[in-house]
Amino acid sequence: MTPDVLFDVVIGVIGGAVRVGAPFLFVSLGECITEKAGRINLGLEGVLVFSAMAGFAGAYWSGSPWIGVLAAGASGALLALLHGLACSLTRVNDIAMGIAIMLLGAGLAFYLGKPLIQPQAPQIPSIFLGEWSTSPTVRAALSINALFPFGIVLAIVMAWAFANTRWGLVIRMVGDSADAARAQGTSVTAVRVAATVAGGFIAGLGGASLSLYYPGSWNEGLSSGQGLIAVALVIFARWRPLNCLWAALLFGGAGAIGPALQSAGIGGGYYLFAALPYALTLLILVVTCSPARTLKGAPMELGMSR
Amino acid sequence: MNRDACRHAIEAIAWPVASLIAALALFGVFVAFYGASPVEAWRLLFVGAFGDAFSWQNSLQRAAPLMLTALTVAIPARAGLIVIGGEGALVVGGFACAAVPYMFAPPSGWMGTLILLSAAAVAGALWIAMAGALRQYRGVNETISSLLFGYIAIALFKHFVEGPMRDPASLNKPSTLPLAEELRIGDIGPFDVHWGLAWGVALCVLGTLWLTFTSHGFATRVVGGNARTAKLVGLPANALIITACALGGAAAGIAGGIEVAAVHMSANASLIVGLGYAGILVSFVARHEPIAIIPVAILFGGFGAAGSMLQRRLGLPDASIQVLLGIAFVIILASETLRGRLPSLRLSARPAQQPVASAAP
Repeated sequence: MTPDVLFDVVIGVIGGAVRVGAPFLFVSLGECITEKAGRINLGLEGVLVFSAMAGFAGAYWSGSPWIGVLAAGASGALLALLHGLACSLTRVNDIAMGIAIMLLGAGLAFYLGKPLIQPQAPQIPSIFLGEWSTSPTVRAALSINALFPFGIVLAIVMAWAFANTRWGLVIRMVGDSADAARAQGTSVTAVRVAATVAGGFIAGLGGASLSLYYPGSWNEGLSSGQGLIAVALVIFARWRPLNCLWAALLFGGAGAIGPALQSAGIGGGYYLFAALPYALTLLILVVTCSPARTLKGAPMELGMSR
Repeated sequence: MNRDACRHAIEAIAWPVASLIAALALFGVFVAFYGASPVEAWRLLFVGAFGDAFSWQNSLQRAAPLMLTALTVAIPARAGLIVIGGEGALVVGGFACAAVPYMFAPPSGWMGTLILLSAAAVAGALWIAMAGALRQYRGVNETISSLLFGYIAIALFKHFVEGPMRDPASLNKPSTLPLAEELRIGDIGPFDVHWGLAWGVALCVLGTLWLTFTSHGFATRVVGGNARTAKLVGLPANALIITACALGGAAAGIAGGIEVAAVHMSANASLIVGLGYAGILVSFVARHEPIAIIPVAILFGGFGAAGSMLQRRLGLPDASIQVLLGIAFVIILASETLRGRLPSLRLSARPAQQPVASAAP
């Protein structure tokens, strides 16, 4: 590999980290707030696909990408509401329900999204951070999704709110001890449903970045497990919103290696590079999890962290 | 049968059936929104699934892999794990089946076929056992890891099938070299249903026999009921759980092998059509009881068979069956909350069951 090609690949990966990482960021922030309230939503994979479709439809019919973004968030919240309500019934397992929501979300998206496969929708604008450079590679790599800065702000706000606001404390209390919350007169169910819905809205923004920014169209293969990776990513991030940001960039970078190599003319092993984020997720789960103790930072009510 | 056991048995059938009917009703609303007649959709669903000999054959053909992928969920579930990586195990199974002739020439005839299916079973078993082992030794959530393994399996599959193992003659659809004629799995007698169905039924029956009548199966259920108790009475929880995962994975692996040897004749992308995911739902509807998987898989195989009819006659998108399955899944899980609340049970078992039976179209 010549230095020039190497440079292109590195720049491609850095730019790709933001481009590919945006859905990871939003879904993991959504899962973070859901899990902080003591519930798991594996269905965010379904939310991601469904909201990507809804966002694309919204942008296509209204002509404005931002209405599409709102539609994506709202549809994500709607699907999450179903999850939140269903899991509030006694004896309903949130992991199993998450699988059901995953399948339902994908089914609904494919069903309703059939007419959307051909057309082009207005895209979320880019923010150009590469204006200083004369190299077209750099300029292309550093034009980033306008939603991404919002995601950064959201991560900061969430981190601050969990620590300092009444709302944040209530969510954490419900997630750490349902009994304490009940004793204090807080409705555990209401808080959990609200947190799940908020998580669905945030994850829906990830769907919008898929269909309205990168890859920027609607098709049935749009999401293949990014939502699920993001759920696993929250464990890696130890339920801290700011860590979710770094983790999303790391995974985005891993996902961008394949395309970056390909655009630099190195095509071999494309599928192997595509598998990299999944393998990395597994590796990280293996390293961070432990059977002997509860994970540090895990909400106590969470079934998954055992 | 005492009253409690009777009540459990009735509830185990009544709630899933009622949920399916509710799901069909909701699906009707959905269809109506699309501008098609719900009554026609319901009629087509059942005609397309079980209307005549042809549709029966189609349904049974589709049910065969579902039975096996449902076992991938059911058996680990009885050991207390929610494994949803059946798709991945199916893909590696199909791959292993197609890969054997690359390594050596298997004897032709049923011996060769058996070798192919064994390779498929071993590959599937290892794949899911990894998820079980990671959970037992590293505390990694098996639901997430098994699904991630599934994506990795698909990526590896595509890498080999479209790369080093590609049959140069497969132009539009990258495939491995087709299996020799003598290695393929044929149809059962005069019917247009391949022997995979017999494999599915046999393994489901064996599954229930194993769980009910062997001490190993009983121990597995104890571990699934309460892992701590199992450890206290000295059961090797890790070995039992990982074995259950391996058995489940072997079933999906065989499903993949059968799909290759009986349907596609070589490993290609047609293998990856979500059979593993559909198996999750089948297993949950059957409450992870292997023998109950048989009728449920036939029902869902039938829905799959009817899907193309809905598409042709009513112009519904091909994902309409997926929507129906998704709705059914959510309702069936939610119905769990109603368990133990079946009305009028104390009078007699009959009135509770009748409305369900009469409501089935």
